[in-house]
Amino acid sequence: MVECYVIIKNRAGIHARPAALLVQTATQFTSKVYIEKDSERINGKSIMGVISLGATYHTKLRIIAEGEDEKQAIAALARLFDNKFQEE
Amino acid sequence: MDKFTVLDLLQLDLKEHDALNLKCMAARTGLVREITLPEIDRPGLALSGFFENFAFQRIQVLGRGENAYLKKLENEGKVDTIERILSHEIPCCIFTFNINPTESFFKIAEKSKCPILQTDLPSSEFSARVMRVLSNIFAPNQTIHGVFVEVFGVGVLIKGESGVGKSEIALELIERGHRLVADDAINIRCVSGNYLIGKGASVVISHHMEIRGLGIINITHLFGVGSIRDEKKLELVVQLEEWDSKKVYDRIGSEELTDILGIKVPYVIIPVRPGRNIPIIIETAAMNERLKRMGYDSAKEFSSNVMNWLETKSARAYFLEEKHTFR
Repeated sequence: MVECYVIIKNRAGIHARPAALLVQTATQFTSKVYIEKDSERINGKSIMGVISLGATYHTKLRIIAEGEDEKQAIAALARLFDNKFQEE
Repeated sequence: MDKFTVLDLLQLDLKEHDALNLKCMAARTGLVREITLPEIDRPGLALSGFFENFAFQRIQVLGRGENAYLKKLENEGKVDTIERILSHEIPCCIFTFNINPTESFFKIAEKSKCPILQTDLPSSEFSARVMRVLSNIFAPNQTIHGVFVEVFGVGVLIKGESGVGKSEIALELIERGHRLVADDAINIRCVSGNYLIGKGASVVISHHMEIRGLGIINITHLFGVGSIRDEKKLELVVQLEEWDSKKVYDRIGSEELTDILGIKVPYVIIPVRPGRNIPIIIETAAMNERLKRMGYDSAKEFSSNVMNWLETKSARAYFLEEKHTFR
């Protein structure tokens, strides 16, 4: 199991489009992906779940990946957050 | 398109408000003349002897006025203008109001092999109908491989590689009370440059389907006449694809369009996988399309709701809970 903390850098937060991008990236890996905000934990491969986090600008999230390609999955997801989901 | 001759115009199977009620009066040998333009002409000026810009390539429509003038010409023995008009390669002359042309006109027409047709319709009504009929015939068109069905009143063209299960899916849609327009070869035409009409490429085979394991079945006989229709406006294209785990599919609902004959049509790609009930997905896509037309776009509405929600949340976080922001 690998985990990392990320901070949302795009102003709009995780709305529909970034959520779709995040889920698309997560589903490319066989590992299980979870995202945690405070005490909520959701499946990183479910769009509705990711949106329901209501993650706004500057929210801190914890990403957890578990499986064969967990390291690549975490790296790819962390990159999305760094790139501000290709927004701005 | 094959040549469209005057004979083809006579033999068109048109019903009710489209009917032209044409019959041939003279010069049957001329029925093989080709109609090249979807327009008509009233030869008033030509009759009076003015031939500049005479649109002889068009169908000539003669009504009461023209006929009265023809009678006058005959009485005065001046038939040379008629000879001059008919010496052009006119596709055909059509008399409205069931008017019988004068003796001299008949003779000259027979001699120059220009077919004379007659209709019982009034001139203006006939002109409107024939223009409509011809513009359909001369509309740009294209044959597309797929199944064309009407789902909840929306014309849906199902496309996909053969073997992906188009016909089976259409069959299930018909079973669920929707209608088949055509299977396999769909003729799509662009009407007046702003919408598309699809129908079977051949009247004989369009309401039949080939189902693997069953062979050819007749939808009209099996499901009744309520389960078919002749043509329908094309409003949605559904592309069926084998599920590819590497491919990225639309998850939110974007507005993809595909281009057919220069018209943009809403387009969805649906991945097929055992256990996915495609007919129900297509039904939902059709209903969603109708909602969009009524001005309600589920995906957009959802997206903007989420945005509003997030904005409210971040505004609150900023003012009330400074500690949650990482500044």
